[in-house]
Amino acid sequence: MSDTVTTDGDILTLSNVTLNFGGLSAVSNVDMNLAVGELVGLIGPNGAGKTSIFNLLTGVYPPTSGKVTFTRGQKVSNLGGMKPYAICWAGIGRTFQNIRLFRALPVIENVMIALQHNVPYSLATAFLHTLRYGRLEKQIRDESLELLRIMGLEDDANELAQNLPYGKQRRLEIARAMATHPVLLLLDEPAAGMNPAETADLTELIGWLRTNFNLTILLIEHDMSLVMDICERIYVLDHGVLIASGTPSEIQHNPAVIEAYLGEEAADA
Amino acid sequence: MLRQLRPVLLNGIALVATFAIVYLLMRVGIIDSFYQDTIALVCINIVLAVSLNLIVGFTGQFSLGHAGFMALGAYTTALVTLHFPTIWGMLGGIVLGALVAAAIGLLIGLPTLRLRGDYLAIATLGMAEIIRVLMQNFTFTGGASGLFPSRYLNWTWMFILTAGSVVLIANYIRSRAGRESIAVRENEIAAESIGVNTTKAKTLAFVVGAFFGGVAGGMYGSYFYWIVPKTFSFMMSFNILVIVVLGGLGSISGSVIAAILLGVVNVLLADPNLVPIRMILYSLILIILMVFRPQGLMGDKELSIRLFRSILPKRRRPPDEEPVPAGEGRLEPAEVTS
Repeated sequence: MSDTVTTDGDILTLSNVTLNFGGLSAVSNVDMNLAVGELVGLIGPNGAGKTSIFNLLTGVYPPTSGKVTFTRGQKVSNLGGMKPYAICWAGIGRTFQNIRLFRALPVIENVMIALQHNVPYSLATAFLHTLRYGRLEKQIRDESLELLRIMGLEDDANELAQNLPYGKQRRLEIARAMATHPVLLLLDEPAAGMNPAETADLTELIGWLRTNFNLTILLIEHDMSLVMDICERIYVLDHGVLIASGTPSEIQHNPAVIEAYLGEEAADA
Repeated sequence: MLRQLRPVLLNGIALVATFAIVYLLMRVGIIDSFYQDTIALVCINIVLAVSLNLIVGFTGQFSLGHAGFMALGAYTTALVTLHFPTIWGMLGGIVLGALVAAAIGLLIGLPTLRLRGDYLAIATLGMAEIIRVLMQNFTFTGGASGLFPSRYLNWTWMFILTAGSVVLIANYIRSRAGRESIAVRENEIAAESIGVNTTKAKTLAFVVGAFFGGVAGGMYGSYFYWIVPKTFSFMMSFNILVIVVLGGLGSISGSVIAAILLGVVNVLLADPNLVPIRMILYSLILIILMVFRPQGLMGDKELSIRLFRSILPKRRRPPDEEPVPAGEGRLEPAEVTS
């Protein structure tokens, strides 16, 4: 599954990746690569296959064909066929387009569950609640609180996740993904449903997280102001096929992209 | 440190007091053998319901075969005490029975819990029936006429086993593994994405539940002088599930309260005049409870001092008294939402 090879600076490589559902091809022959530390956008009309690519990267679906490689330091993993939890352990965190929080649990426990696999203790400790249990639980709780503070959610730590307003639920999902200590973060429409002020805050936060946690970020987004503002490179997907890639200004003037979004006549005009 | 230990101490005092009061009442003779049998049944039902609640209420996996694990525990304990007729034979039998139940749980759980959905319900239903039919046909289990073990389970051991099981399961739930179980119940895909091996979390919870189902069976097998296969039919699994739902899915104290309540109802309905319509009344009580409290008696809340605070009218606290942290021994900072 993994072997040591010298890296060429790419943290993630997709080569000729295809995902079929029966006769339907959700993703076909996609080639992508992300360099360490990059912030890359993935855009495209609805149903273009963006979330399918995220699901491929996180093990929800194995690719029908093609290869997905993830490089962390000296360790190279082939993500095809790996279980989602193993991919998380390898260092990829994600959020979901339709928020998937543990709704009936307090905010802090949402983060604690994500954080705890870095602080293991035995089953005996769990059953007997020894002093070691108290110490490690406190460590998990303190680190979770610290993360909530960074995300501006510390006042809501004991609130149930389902009672948070929408914008905070999105932030909590990012906090939960960050709690797994990822090196690559996949954000699926982080600004969906946010007002312009919240989107501006979020844009700033994403940039801040990237710098302070040395993250590589791939994000799907429909809010073009956010994408054009912070992404260094953009991939454009339409009907499962990559139609363009390049810097934000290149993408803005790419006729194929304009056609995909606005139709043929707009591209001719 | 002292503030953190306070709820643990309070729970300990409550447990010791319960034990001492019942013990004294038994000594004085106020609790006669009829009530003693009721108490034994309540204790066994508590362990059964709490262990099933771990599987159904906390992990969200529907299991319909808890009577099967109970049968394994009961028969193992009975067979061991028949060969080693001492109290240590009983304890060894209960541990062995619980281990057998856990092993069968692992065997059933591993293939079915890898799948998402209600496959476990069907598999466990089948498993419990197979166990019952096997017990009915093996000669060493006494066939349909069953086994006649002696009674070694006194109130002291009954209490230790019941309280011990509940405390261990409650500890499990308030740990790493327990949080993973709840994460699986809440959202399996999200749980996987943050590093929870959901198959492992589900299987572990199921095996732990099966283990304590075996303990409850062992208690049954060393209290009632006669065990027969038909006791461990589907109706038994169903009754345990009723207690769990009645108490509230995801509430340990709910399961305990519901088990006690059903014990009381059974005693009240034991009146000879009520015997003909007993099952009707019993069912009616269940229907009424489900109509007015569909989430169960406790919902997913736990009985705690804080819960009482929120129900009772607000009382002014003396200024230097700190608020009591959440009950049930949970170690967490005092909350503002009480």
